[in-house]
Amino acid sequence: MAIARFWRENESRYNMQGKKCGVCQKVYFPARDMCPKCRRDSMGMMKKIQLTGKGEVISYSIIHDGLPEFHMQIPYTIAIIELEEGVRITGQIVDCKPDCVDIGSKVESVFRKLGEEGKSGVIHYGYKFKLI
Amino acid sequence: MSVGIVSYGGYVPYYRIEAGSIGAVWGVDGTARGKGLGIIRKSVPSPDEDVITISVEAARKAMKCCKVDPEKIGAMYVGSESHPYAVKPTGTIVAEAIRAAPNLTVADMEFACKAGTAGIQACMGLVSSGMIEYGMAIGADTSQGAPGDALEYSASAGGAAFLIGKKDLVAEINHTLSFTTDTPDFWRREGQMYPRHGGRFTGTPAYFKHINSCAKMLFDKMGTKSEDYDHAIFHQPNGKFPLRVGGAMGFSKEQLEHGLLTPIIGNTYSGAVPLALTNVLDHAKPGDKIFVVSYGSGAGADGFDITVTDNIKKHRKKKWQPLSELMDNFELLDYATYAKFRGKINMGGVT
Repeated sequence: MAIARFWRENESRYNMQGKKCGVCQKVYFPARDMCPKCRRDSMGMMKKIQLTGKGEVISYSIIHDGLPEFHMQIPYTIAIIELEEGVRITGQIVDCKPDCVDIGSKVESVFRKLGEEGKSGVIHYGYKFKLI
Repeated sequence: MSVGIVSYGGYVPYYRIEAGSIGAVWGVDGTARGKGLGIIRKSVPSPDEDVITISVEAARKAMKCCKVDPEKIGAMYVGSESHPYAVKPTGTIVAEAIRAAPNLTVADMEFACKAGTAGIQACMGLVSSGMIEYGMAIGADTSQGAPGDALEYSASAGGAAFLIGKKDLVAEINHTLSFTTDTPDFWRREGQMYPRHGGRFTGTPAYFKHINSCAKMLFDKMGTKSEDYDHAIFHQPNGKFPLRVGGAMGFSKEQLEHGLLTPIIGNTYSGAVPLALTNVLDHAKPGDKIFVVSYGSGAGADGFDITVTDNIKKHRKKKWQPLSELMDNFELLDYATYAKFRGKINMGGVT
């Protein structure tokens, strides 16, 4: 099950592809087929949009006791990032010491391993962020 | 019609370890050992980096600097000796991540340290024949060196991507040829974590014989001499071999300068010559001529005669990030953290 579930999300995880409501112009990521604000008016009006992957840190937390997949990276930083398109998403900040991250820090997306299903399992890839 | 490089991009991970830090753990003077090898420090991939992530970053840099629709890429070849999967192509993920899929052919290549240049040759053939409009060739590695082995001072990580085509070339590839024999100087058996090598056997009968033979063939074919080139690039398992082999051919230190990265990032194996070529292109002027000979253990050498075009100026517009920015921005690790990052600590089944 996990293979198919992750595979379906590859397009958004690999390329940060979202959707924009053709009625109210709000951008959604992950992509949605219907705008929760415009509801039935947005049906058929949701257009694919490529996000720039650039944004700024709204809030962050330094993780000292993380998930097993991130064991080798402790301590690491997880942040809420507001992208240029207005979408807020959660992502890991890489390639810096945790104390280098601050609210307002500018970031851009990078392509990294998100996890793997054991040593013989599928490897999952997607976006993380680095400071710019 | 000519064939060559339409765009290119290189990637080097953020972390480094110095030779002195490695030697300190094994009871030797690592700084002196590094000096003997011509290596000050080497790049280290983060735990969430592998050949796929490095290839994607390099490929995206290449695509950012040109106006080519990724769907026009008809072939993707990724050369490496550290593909994350034994069975499942690296190139499929890279192609999806740059939006080149699904209408293209993809294959992973392996020829020790010259798999990346072999990919360039394959793309040149397909483009020249008219089978495809554009091909992407990538050389990348997260190379392995056994703890305490001489390779541990050099084995590093990085990679570069080249978009090969016929239009709007930043560099024309005038000719390519190869020299290949069965020479068991360095190998890694299926399922083994680290490679083994023949010590001094990796020198004269392997690296030097193949590079010298390939270079002589290329000089003869092109009717050129070392002084006809502005830059020369040779495979760089350490910082000394390329200077020795290039010097013997008559190349000066100035000609070799921009194509020698091993002293500050280590040997990136399949990424070594491709990354060196990206750095040379970053510094080259229109009209510059580049002499390139890669080497892969096992063994073979690929030679390229390249001329930089006026389009190199367009490549350096706003989205261009020179490789030097990645090479100069790093954080040093101690050996313990390096060992953790590279999976050298036996976790006893706990991950």
